[in-house]
Amino acid sequence: MSEVLVVVEATREFGVKKVTLEMLTLARELGTPSAVVLGGAGAAEALSAKLGEYGAEKIYAAEGEEIDGYLVAPKATVVAELVKRVQPAAVLLASSQEGKEIAARLAVKLDNGILTDVVGLAADGTATQVAFAGSTIVKSKVTKGLPLVTVRPNSINPAPDAATPAVEQLAVSVADADKLAKVVERVAEQKGSRPELTEASVVVSGGRGVGNADNFKLVEELADLLGGAVGASRAAVDSGFYPHQFQVGQTGKTVSPQLYVALGISGAIQHRAGMQTSKTIVAVNKDAEAPIFELADFGVVGDLFKVVPQAAEEIRKRK
Amino acid sequence: MNIVVLVKQVPDSGADRNLRSDDNTVDRGSANNVINEMDEYAIEEALKIKEAHGGEVTILTMGPDRATESIRKALSMGPDKAVHVVDDALHGSCAVATSKVLAAALGQLGADLVICGAESTDGRVQVMPHMIAERLGVAALTGARKLTVDGSTLTVERQTEEGYEVVTASTPAVVSVWDTINEPRYPSFKGIMAAKKKPVQALSLGDLGVAPTEVGFDGATSAVLEHTKRPPRSGGEKITDEGEGGVKLVEFLATEKFV
Repeated sequence: MSEVLVVVEATREFGVKKVTLEMLTLARELGTPSAVVLGGAGAAEALSAKLGEYGAEKIYAAEGEEIDGYLVAPKATVVAELVKRVQPAAVLLASSQEGKEIAARLAVKLDNGILTDVVGLAADGTATQVAFAGSTIVKSKVTKGLPLVTVRPNSINPAPDAATPAVEQLAVSVADADKLAKVVERVAEQKGSRPELTEASVVVSGGRGVGNADNFKLVEELADLLGGAVGASRAAVDSGFYPHQFQVGQTGKTVSPQLYVALGISGAIQHRAGMQTSKTIVAVNKDAEAPIFELADFGVVGDLFKVVPQAAEEIRKRK
Repeated sequence: MNIVVLVKQVPDSGADRNLRSDDNTVDRGSANNVINEMDEYAIEEALKIKEAHGGEVTILTMGPDRATESIRKALSMGPDKAVHVVDDALHGSCAVATSKVLAAALGQLGADLVICGAESTDGRVQVMPHMIAERLGVAALTGARKLTVDGSTLTVERQTEEGYEVVTASTPAVVSVWDTINEPRYPSFKGIMAAKKKPVQALSLGDLGVAPTEVGFDGATSAVLEHTKRPPRSGGEKITDEGEGGVKLVEFLATEKFV
């Protein structure tokens, strides 16, 4: 079977991201998964056990300052060379900013079609995408070149299937043309132990109804009790209640968790754009007419400052 | 500094949006078409740079005839002129072909700096800045929440999942901006009147030296096979809190095995 290249997403702090495990699971349906690690020195070594656990038969590693010290151009060049050499059946990347950017350059370099935000990919290359705020389901296909797709987090159930990957170090010599955008500083911000927003299986979000930044503690508390991530509506972010990187919806993140809890969020179409493919939705809002209730599997019309603390207490009791 | 801002006309994201049943492209005919919201932040950033450093701001749009409305709206914020790439053969173009056309137009315009929104609200694909940069052989600084211009050096601060990074490049470059970067100005009455007289140059594929077979459905590198409307979610149980709302919420979560 042909190789399927999976471009690995990982973080320094938590290692291999869940979306990578989803991609490896998907790749096993399409061929033999080969993971491609692009990062600083030693990156592949740190990730290989996890990648093997989910079926990577091979790991290609391109490491070092030349790869890691610039925005995506060097990474795209390395992957493009690899694609030309191994002629894979497909190339999978994460539908993150970086994954899409590498894919964008690959598409131009290889004169190859590209599909983003894919939630399913059949063996014949037919991809499923969700468009227009989750309102439309699209079946599409790359018609020129190989299937080059970016996979949306939380689309596929990751399943382990152990393999023992051989690591192949790729020779890295990056041309000056790929070193135009230099990273001069990386600043890590404390985000605690909560799961990453787009990958979390539970997301608890607060909206304008939360009232102020301080009250977001209530949202965080419920998120922590449910083992979830914290999100915020645009209204809450624009009002300065919570930082922008946690914004869910149009101009923010798209999430598709098992459970989405909307607190004090009215459910404007721009917010629904980012969350309406969630499996189960529950909402608390004092306005019985709020559009969020049209989506909610369970809704409580009431004061979130009464309902949420009581719910938190009840969860603690049951633990 | 010669700045070109990429502006896309999109169907209003606040209303129902559809794909056409005949050819699976975005239904623009029945939609209320507006400037892609993120592009307004790109225009604002370009105007601020011009105000501080001098130069000229040009709007570049690829789209059908009706995109003229959005071009005039963009000009009313203050840019100097616009270029509209318009050609019937463009209908059905994929992202790869679109980037080819925009890169050809940018090549003619000779921009020092290209600014665009980080994504469009219709496709949300986020690939255009890097595709264009790849074709032009220039740097792409994407997802900026802050942009500083010092001579020919650009410095961008961009949000990442782990925090933020600071990235630099020299002009010429492509910069995409997030909506955290600034607060776009509203067009003034004077600006709206002035926009009517600003030059809008129409360019065809022939003018750009791009063959019609390289774009549209003929030149597309991907195809939409079919599309269906997802059945709308129907609301489930809705209760009014009478002192037990929190407990009932948790009971529901327990039946769904979340607690």
